[in-house]
Amino acid sequence: MFESLPPGLIMILGAFALPLLPRAIRPALLLALPLTTMALIWSFDAGYLFKLDFLDYTLTPIKIDALGRLFATIFALMAFVGSIYAFKQKRIVELVAANIYAGSAIGVALAGDLITVFVFWEVMAVASTVVIWSAGTDASYKASMRYILVHLFGGVVLMSGIIWHISETGSVDFQAMLADGPARWLILIGFLLNAGAPPFSAWLPDAYPEASFSGTVFLSAFTTKTAVYVLIRGFPGEEILIFVGIYMIFYGIIYALLENDMRRILTYSIVNQVGFMITGIGIGTELALNGAAAHAFTHIIYKALLLMSAGSVLHMTAKRKCTDLGGLFRTMPLTMTCGIIGALAISSFPLTSGFISKSMISQAAADGHMMMVWMFLAAASAGVFLHAGIKFPWFVFFQKDSGLRPSDPPLNMRVAMVILASLCIGLGVWPEPLYAILPYPVNFIPYTADHVIKMLQLLLFAGLAFFLFLPLMKRTLTLTLDVDWFYRRAGLRIARVLARYVSNGLKQFDTGTSLLIGGLFRLVFRFNGPSGAFARNTLVGSMVQWVVVLLGVYLVLFLFGPK
Amino acid sequence: MTPPPNETKDMHWLVRPATIRHLWRGGLIILALTVLADLLLTPHPRFGIDGSFGFYAWYGFLTCAAMVIGAKALGLLLSRKDTYYDESGDNV
Repeated sequence: MFESLPPGLIMILGAFALPLLPRAIRPALLLALPLTTMALIWSFDAGYLFKLDFLDYTLTPIKIDALGRLFATIFALMAFVGSIYAFKQKRIVELVAANIYAGSAIGVALAGDLITVFVFWEVMAVASTVVIWSAGTDASYKASMRYILVHLFGGVVLMSGIIWHISETGSVDFQAMLADGPARWLILIGFLLNAGAPPFSAWLPDAYPEASFSGTVFLSAFTTKTAVYVLIRGFPGEEILIFVGIYMIFYGIIYALLENDMRRILTYSIVNQVGFMITGIGIGTELALNGAAAHAFTHIIYKALLLMSAGSVLHMTAKRKCTDLGGLFRTMPLTMTCGIIGALAISSFPLTSGFISKSMISQAAADGHMMMVWMFLAAASAGVFLHAGIKFPWFVFFQKDSGLRPSDPPLNMRVAMVILASLCIGLGVWPEPLYAILPYPVNFIPYTADHVIKMLQLLLFAGLAFFLFLPLMKRTLTLTLDVDWFYRRAGLRIARVLARYVSNGLKQFDTGTSLLIGGLFRLVFRFNGPSGAFARNTLVGSMVQWVVVLLGVYLVLFLFGPK
Repeated sequence: MTPPPNETKDMHWLVRPATIRHLWRGGLIILALTVLADLLLTPHPRFGIDGSFGFYAWYGFLTCAAMVIGAKALGLLLSRKDTYYDESGDNV
């Protein structure tokens, strides 16, 4: 019965039933949707294809292989735990949108053709916009509008690429490609835009932190990671991705170091982490691609955990700036512990999930004798501990006593955090179940004395640098300009100048033409109007009179004129 | 600038100056131990430089210092008040 039903559609269709149900039953549906989807994903055998004729093409809405199944699994898992966290979210529209968003991400992960990818891709863009917008603040509305503009632009680029590619090759199949012509370049750019690649990285830290306490948790998981998925599937080993990835890694670190908003720090760090994955995709060996896929899997878990921890702080204190926070370890011990576990995992500490995934990418760079890439990755690993691993917990939970004494968040939020924290440690201690579902066979042993000691050296000395340079990192009430300045400031100003001059010009043109046309009308009116010369009925009388006079003159001339 | 003893007593034990001194001392000992652990490993460098003694320690420290200072320098250029986009209705 279900063999022709794309698993993601269950969540998309089920989401619409959510507002119709009584409030008490909603949590049951929220949990049932991702669980059913997960069961369906795993009910298909690897290699299963479902094909569908559409216009002149054969679409493949369901294609099951290890890579797609890995991403669909983590998306469903994230929707499940995210829903637990968001049980008490009063704005039901956010939960509906979040489920549609997760469902369409699963749709992309299991799509076998480019048209299906594109359709789900666009549903994701709209659903994620609604997630941001449903925070209900003025700032979130404006951020969601900037967000959708960037993503609609990306969608147009992607669609142009897909149409061009299909017309060139005649095939809609979504397979590994080379960036060897404008069609594939456009597809690659469309994919990269969703990954938060330069020059369009700013949409991510601009929009995500404006969502609600639970909305940001959902947002962190799907858009960038579907982008990682389509890049692994579509452009493995594309060399330019190494440079793009390394740029993203350092962009994320530097901007996060300067940032004051705790959730914006964590969203800059999404760009940083996706950078590691994209570098892995650019390296392109089986180990590197496994590393990129595994890192996407573990990243979704620990980043959601970090954002849940930050979301709990926001929910309980209504504060989001590091300058307003500090000292919360006293009254939020569970939120702090979970936040620290997430922070250790993102920093790849031994015994956490980040350690068993990220190190595959560094290893692949070393195996490929890419010394510079490897050096950058090692520096970046230290930098992750600096900008996210210590900075987030330090400024939120320790630092100074802000005087705030919030308690830990409600039970459902605590449960969600404990589940993800357990997964972070569970996967770190026992990586085999994750390694077993990676796209390629794994011959990688993360726990060697050598590897553990070197990683500890790198991280602990990064920690030393943090505390020695602490005065340089004193938080200030600032933001850091980014490429979005061009469309938030410069573009706006240009638009205003244009508005002024163009509308002034148009106004003058308007006045000029109305004067001219008015003059013409007045002229016509003067002769043809009711009192104009041509409209006088007295003319007829005087004409008859003149005819009589002329005839009279003619008669006189005839009778008495010279013969 | 140690607070008087009665004030110290009211503080959470984790933020007392004595605790912080102990944490620094313990931390530095752990740092030293991780570097000394290098002696136990048989070096098999992949690029040469990573075989030098305590490579990961000094490399991690120096690159982090560079990133902090680099970020600070960039901040001088690109930092604005966090109400920058809210002013004069420019936040569209």
